[in-house]
Amino acid sequence: MEQDSGSSVAAAVSAAAGTFLSLNEHEQRHYSALHAVCQADTSGKLSSPKVAELFKASQLPPEALHKVTEVCGAKRLGYFGTAQFYVALKLLAAAQSGLPIRLESVTANLPLPRFVGLQSEAEVRYPSVPAGGVEGQAAQSGTAPGFSWSTRTGALTDMWSPELWSPPRSPCTSPPRSPPSYRGYPYSRNGAEPHMVYDIHSSRPVVQMEPHSSPSNYSTKASVDLSSTAAVVRSGSCERLDHHGAGYPDDDPWRITEEQLQYYTNQFTSLQPDLGAFIIGGVAKDFFTKSKLPIPELSHIWELSDMDRDGALTFSEFCTAFHLIVARKNGYPLPESLPATLRMAFVQPVEDDPDTPENIELVEILQSQINPNASEEATKQADTSVRIAALFEPSPQLGTFPQRPEPPQELDPQMKMKTRPRSFSSTSIEDAMKKAEEPPTPPPRPQKSHSRASSLDLNKLFQQGALGAKSGWLPPPPALPPRPAPSQAPHFTTEKPPPNKVQQPNFADFSHFREEEERVEGQSARSRFGPSTEDLTAASKQDLLHSAPQKPARRKFHSEVSNMDLPPPAMSLAPPNKAPQKMLSKQKREIQMAIRKNKETNAVLKRLNSELQQQLKVVHQERVTLESQLELVRPLAST
Amino acid sequence: MAVCIAVIAKENYPLYIRSVPTQNELKFHYTVHTSLDVVEEKISAVGKSIGDQRELYLGLLYPTEDYKVYGYVTNSKVKFVIVVDSSNTSLRDNEIRSMFRKLHNSFTDVMCNPFHNPGDPIQSKTFDGIVSGMMVQTA
Repeated sequence: MEQDSGSSVAAAVSAAAGTFLSLNEHEQRHYSALHAVCQADTSGKLSSPKVAELFKASQLPPEALHKVTEVCGAKRLGYFGTAQFYVALKLLAAAQSGLPIRLESVTANLPLPRFVGLQSEAEVRYPSVPAGGVEGQAAQSGTAPGFSWSTRTGALTDMWSPELWSPPRSPCTSPPRSPPSYRGYPYSRNGAEPHMVYDIHSSRPVVQMEPHSSPSNYSTKASVDLSSTAAVVRSGSCERLDHHGAGYPDDDPWRITEEQLQYYTNQFTSLQPDLGAFIIGGVAKDFFTKSKLPIPELSHIWELSDMDRDGALTFSEFCTAFHLIVARKNGYPLPESLPATLRMAFVQPVEDDPDTPENIELVEILQSQINPNASEEATKQADTSVRIAALFEPSPQLGTFPQRPEPPQELDPQMKMKTRPRSFSSTSIEDAMKKAEEPPTPPPRPQKSHSRASSLDLNKLFQQGALGAKSGWLPPPPALPPRPAPSQAPHFTTEKPPPNKVQQPNFADFSHFREEEERVEGQSARSRFGPSTEDLTAASKQDLLHSAPQKPARRKFHSEVSNMDLPPPAMSLAPPNKAPQKMLSKQKREIQMAIRKNKETNAVLKRLNSELQQQLKVVHQERVTLESQLELVRPLAST
Repeated sequence: MAVCIAVIAKENYPLYIRSVPTQNELKFHYTVHTSLDVVEEKISAVGKSIGDQRELYLGLLYPTEDYKVYGYVTNSKVKFVIVVDSSNTSLRDNEIRSMFRKLHNSFTDVMCNPFHNPGDPIQSKTFDGIVSGMMVQTA
């Protein structure tokens, strides 16, 4: 469709561009000359640096140039084909003549565009003239730096660099200019009617269209809706056009930049003031419906972004969804599964570090996912106490990485299979993502605390028995074992052999518990010299909040200590016997108190045991009577 | 591996039905439709207690010479029907149950999507993906 020869180009252009573009002789000559100037390769695409140079030489303001590139269709295509180039030249001429940059303008009989400082014969022929006042669609401040982006190299496929958002920093809530970092989101639809005309023109395939026609409609619509924020569009198009060659990892369209993040945050807070809370589905639906994307697409976006499948959006999920919508409106086809960078951007808002190279993000995200996730799981398995729920509430913001193991694993294989042309996700990222998914999904650890039904009964019993008066007698799950407690354990071994009788019911758990104790012990070696047991509860509460990985171990430990009268696995703690002697007395005191507590536990357990035995006897008797009655009733049936 | 998977709404119209395309799809549609009678019969019989996982799974509805039909009903009377080829190495009951569980999970995900109106045909790509994973892969 695009040829290099001069005259045929014009023919091709007029043929391909439809009937609206007719070039007279001068124009044809001029344009083909310029075309030759800008020709970089033989594929028919023009080298965008040269095109950019040419545009700059036209001395039009950057936003006008961006509009030109957008209108001529090069933005959609990602490069300047011959037809786009010609249309663009016409538009430049129009702009320089003071006409608005619209497709209709090219039909007018225009003088040739003028370029300043262009090293070509075209320049020689045409004197430079300062650009006329261009009636840009909007006069955005700060767009001057926008054009400097053209010199930056970037992948051709980075159609929508996040850096676009940087110039228009105007506050996100100004209604008449729909927030600049937000293209085409018609919360403030500025007169869509007159712009509908563009759809008709722009949707006409100029040279080639993107594989689907709908995205082009969207992109044009987006550009059209953008009346007051066209600068972003233009800067985007300009940047994209001018970027050939070297890939720029930061230009990944699926990354959320700081500014976008800020905008999303504002929108989120407008819907839901608390950043840690959820936006429920209905509210989100209304909000996103305003974007005028078709419902199936919105539905798909929702599926992609609602990671934990709870029908509500956390802040991160909201950012993801918003980002996808904005991308869609800019003409990006929706991915089949969540892009890697967007999935990581999902944690990024928390990291608050969107510009670091992706690998570093990976590491951070892995760690952040593991830690809060471990803490989440640990807290979740705790009991049904309200405190756990309260603790859990703020954490979704941190690590709402899916708690269901299935979705991320499903997403990942889909990601490998997808055939999107953009190469933003490298295999290393995919692998890393797989690894990131694996750590959070191991089955939650401390479920064993519930596997013993007796412990739950004991909780109730103890609470009823008003034994809670004793300090340190907390309902086991929520309370953390005090930090010094592990230190007590080694002393238990030295001073008091474990009472075997009590261990028996809990033996299975102790063995598991041992490993965790060792871990806890290793970590809290210094914290032996902590407060006395009375303060342990306070400390334990803090521990719960502060140290994530240790939670399961501690909680269980405490449950062991207070309920089951435990000590013992202490023998496993024999290794870390490094208590300095000055603390011995303090620890002795603690040990003695622990002994007392254990004795009380013992007593309570004995009582419980006897009660249960009695109940068992009663039930037995009932059963026997029932059976005998049954036999009486059915003497023939029973054999 | 299923040959046909269908999701039928409470009012007994299909929300989603998908068959292995090589064979006559109409036949499967008919089979699913007739299996609805069996489903109704089963759920009316088990009317006493509510919502046990076991009771959600209805088991083999009826075998024919070519295939077997399994049913599963949710608490909201949405029915899942899986048609399996008899010539297949007979799938264990557990496998069928797990298939239904997966279906149920994806179905709830679709329902959670605020853009999906209950009663509309299911158009979710994720759901499609899961169903494809369960169906016989046609060469």
